[in-house]
Amino acid sequence: MTAAISADGIRQRYGDVQAVDGVSLTVEAGEFYGILGPNGAGKTTTLEILEGIRKPDEGRIELLGLAPWPRNPKLLRRIGVQFQASAFFNRLTARETIRTFGSFYGVGPKAADAMLERVGLTESAGVMTDKMSGGQAQRLSIACALVHGPELVFLDEPTTGLDPQARRNLWDLLRDINAEGRTVVLTTHYLDEAEVLCDRVSVMDRGRILRTGAPAALIREIDDTVRISVESGQLPIDTARELLTAAGAETTSLEDDGVSLSLSTRLPAPVLSVLADRGALRGLEVRGATLEDVFLQLTGREYRA
Amino acid sequence: MTAEPTTVAPAQAPAPGSPPPAERERVSAFASLSRVMIVAFVRDRSALFFVLLFPLMFLMLFGTLLKGASSPHAKVEQVGAVRVLDSVQGEARAGLEQVLTITKGDDEAAALEKVRKGDLDAMIKEGPDGKVVVRYSAADQVRSGSVQGIVNSVVQQANQAATGKPPAFVMESSQVEDGSLKPIQFLTPGLLGWAVATGAVFGAALTLVGWRQKKVLRRLRLAPVSAGSVIASRVAVSVLTALVQTAVFLVVATTPFFGLKLTGDWWLIVPLVVCATVAFMSIGLLAGSIAKTEEAANGISQIIVLPMSFLSGSFFPTDGMPGWLEAISQALPLRHLVTASQSVLSRGGGVMDALPTMGGLLLFAAVMTGISWKLFRWED
Ligand SMILES: Nc1ncnc2c1ncn2[C@@H]1O[C@H](COP(=O)(O)OP(=O)(O)OP(=O)(O)O)[C@@H](O)[C@H]1O
Ligand SMILES: [Mg+2]
Repeated sequence: MTAAISADGIRQRYGDVQAVDGVSLTVEAGEFYGILGPNGAGKTTTLEILEGIRKPDEGRIELLGLAPWPRNPKLLRRIGVQFQASAFFNRLTARETIRTFGSFYGVGPKAADAMLERVGLTESAGVMTDKMSGGQAQRLSIACALVHGPELVFLDEPTTGLDPQARRNLWDLLRDINAEGRTVVLTTHYLDEAEVLCDRVSVMDRGRILRTGAPAALIREIDDTVRISVESGQLPIDTARELLTAAGAETTSLEDDGVSLSLSTRLPAPVLSVLADRGALRGLEVRGATLEDVFLQLTGREYRA
Repeated sequence: MTAEPTTVAPAQAPAPGSPPPAERERVSAFASLSRVMIVAFVRDRSALFFVLLFPLMFLMLFGTLLKGASSPHAKVEQVGAVRVLDSVQGEARAGLEQVLTITKGDDEAAALEKVRKGDLDAMIKEGPDGKVVVRYSAADQVRSGSVQGIVNSVVQQANQAATGKPPAFVMESSQVEDGSLKPIQFLTPGLLGWAVATGAVFGAALTLVGWRQKKVLRRLRLAPVSAGSVIASRVAVSVLTALVQTAVFLVVATTPFFGLKLTGDWWLIVPLVVCATVAFMSIGLLAGSIAKTEEAANGISQIIVLPMSFLSGSFFPTDGMPGWLEAISQALPLRHLVTASQSVLSRGGGVMDALPTMGGLLLFAAVMTGISWKLFRWED
């Protein structure tokens, strides 16, 4: 079975900015794949090159076994695309918009309306697209990407701007379409989203893919790190540092942001006993590593979405 | 959710190898893009006003104001006795009064004041040496010119009669058009050309810029929609708009009130307008390729359409233009549309008057489209 996407050595430069710097990746058919990274990491540029709307300076790409550049209408029928910024015709309602996009693929109005229903926009079907809320526009934009039942779907930050409820609903929708056998590639800022949805993620920063793997596997690689936090003001940070060193409890980070005193460590037991001794356990939280820690470890920087 | 790639067949995806219904998709893309543009146009109140209503208002306004303006019938006041005029009697007098309304008075100053105010077209008196004196205002040159012409011819006839010999030279002039050639015959083709140019230039420019700004062009590139469908639908909608403008103009202008009389092959206006629409769209395409925002596209289109309309004789005849302006005018597609449609609508022109213009308009469109092609951008 051919891979849904195989890309090798993609590079793209804008003036002085090396937006994509040697990205190679393979997405299997039916996989749910995430590209995770902060602003300006090069996610959108990578996606656009994969979609075939941008010609890379370098690199070789195949989608479903076909080259996306130059434009290939046969391939376009099999992929669905949602841009980071919505792209709607002027002065049309949501229903007219989805029907129009449907018609490009020979999808009838009934099926188009059903897609609108699926993203929960039936009630807003008569609203002009420029009067829709950010979240509604986002959902319409996704519906337009899915209306023709593509085998391979590209979504650029699909849940940005959605309220928590709409976000959950969209997650369900994306899981459903993936369960139908469609390959889904999405970019996101949200680590939790990648963790919950994706079979595999690539962590991207400054145009490079730092690591690719199942979220659980990436986390397991550093799962001996535990994050511990307590309410701030119970123990001065300098005292804490001295006590922890004295107790032989090594920490990889220790900070007090005025709300909580938090630290990461591989040895939670001595840390917890130090805190207990000083009676500084109010608001105690202990949690295992997340993708955030993966990012921290890979880049040496805190993750800022 | 599994980490294993699933092998479930996509539920709605086309089975590989089955022939894609490309032909049906092409037709349906053309139809729905056309629909999208028509709906957007109809919902855009200001576009609707400027393309359909505004030119029509101009036609009705000018048509009403200039009603009967071209008749040489002028009002003059004769102060005191003027022998040459008084001597015209009988049948000749009736003929004279068809073109001149002559009132008699004896207050020269009052009569001059009336001429100044425009209540009279001229004052006529006989000077002490027997000269006929005509005092007129330069405000209405057509009228004053015709008064001078008439009086002059009366004087000539009197002179000639005085010699008792038959005239050595005679000039006989008559209009080639029938006597009913009224301003509406010129106004309609001129203003129609302006209206068609406005609709087509703005339609093409704003669609291009609007779609580029809203990222629709990019989005269409990732849908199996051919550039041909996009262009064909835009041309179809613009041509349809232009034909609606033409129909409305002709219906209004031919009402008895405005009294446009269509000549023989007037139907040639249809292919002329179609070709001109394509030519104007190519101007809009160029404007849209240069402009980055809808406002800029609007401005550039305006800067092109309005001067082009003046130079092409949409609003008033271009006869007196200096040579260099005339040369510019000749390069404008609207000039040729106006000339050709005056010919077929009002002057009895036929296929041979329209064909070269149609060819020229299409050639113009081809050249402009070629230039736009070089400047074309899919996205900002
Ligand atoms: N059209 C462009 N012209 C010039 N520079 C660009 C262009 N598009 C992107 N860049 C630059 O390339 C880099 C990568 O941008 P890109 O949009 O791919 O990032 P991203 O990961 O999608 O970011 P975000 O999370 O903000 O959407 C950025 O530094 C950006 O400034
Ligand atoms: Mg982006």
